[in-house]
Amino acid sequence: MDTPQRDQIIACIVDALKELNEELNLAELNEPDESTPLYGTRGTLDSMALVNLCVLVEENIEEELGLAISLTDERAMSQKTSPFVQVKRLARYIETLLQDEQ
Amino acid sequence: MNTTLIITGTRKGIGRFLAERYLERGMRVAGCSRKNSDLDHPNYRHFPLDVGDEAAVVAMVKSLKKEWGRIDCLINNAGAAAMNHLLLTPKSTVDRLMKVNFQGAFLFLREVGKAMTRKKYGRIVNLSTVAVPLALEGEAVYAASKAAVETLTKVAARELGAAGITVNAIGPAPVKTDLIKNVPEEAMQRLLERQAIPRFAQFEDVARVMDFFLDPAGDFITGQIMYLGGVHG
Repeated sequence: MDTPQRDQIIACIVDALKELNEELNLAELNEPDESTPLYGTRGTLDSMALVNLCVLVEENIEEELGLAISLTDERAMSQKTSPFVQVKRLARYIETLLQDEQ
Repeated sequence: MNTTLIITGTRKGIGRFLAERYLERGMRVAGCSRKNSDLDHPNYRHFPLDVGDEAAVVAMVKSLKKEWGRIDCLINNAGAAAMNHLLLTPKSTVDRLMKVNFQGAFLFLREVGKAMTRKKYGRIVNLSTVAVPLALEGEAVYAASKAAVETLTKVAARELGAAGITVNAIGPAPVKTDLIKNVPEEAMQRLLERQAIPRFAQFEDVARVMDFFLDPAGDFITGQIMYLGGVHG
């Protein structure tokens, strides 16, 4: 089950995707939700777009939740195990980062 | 027009000189060093931190992003040096030099690069040294840490080019700062003789190239390492 914090995180990611898509204009990102693919074989973002998304998500998390995170991960560019393959997976990953900090 | 600039290692030496130079030109400047600074200017903010401390670097860049809204330029100047025979160099020296020279430059580049990517504009300049192309005896660890900075410069130029960010490096000939105070006079003389123009570099020499790399019009100049004094890579 999604925790209240998870819902907030997903909202931050979705908002970031909407803002990013104002530049990208990708049909696949018109109505993003938690199942939207991001990066990797099914995703629509290239590495630069992924970096931009991460920056926006970091800003949104800080504004909405008042928590500072830095989205870096060794698996970021991995096609299979990257936490950036899908909105839901990214939300779970951010939740873990926040828990680790606490 | 460039309005905001981060310089690492601003308490003294080249960093201090550059901070004052760009403050005089009306830019807002933020600097850092392990100790506090006595640089007092309404447009200057100082952050006492260790450039290898990830959390501190992230916090500094975040707070400036919030305050300034944009970061136009970054000068990775903070550096540490050591002179020793390779076979007598303790690992702690390697750790310290790689942390300050390479990891510090990397952390600032990563965090500031994110902010610049959003604005599709940025000028990043890293400080290297002629010790890299000259492969100076006694400076194996220092030169290796700066060689890492040069490679970082070239790869960053490629990865960030599409975002309107240029990344270059300056390799000054020796400048009379604390970094070389323990180098024997004779060794320094031998080094200077290998330059086309055998003299110490002045702060102004470094600043002239810095102006060139920071120029907003220089959007096609990236991935370059410029050595002073007629030394070739």
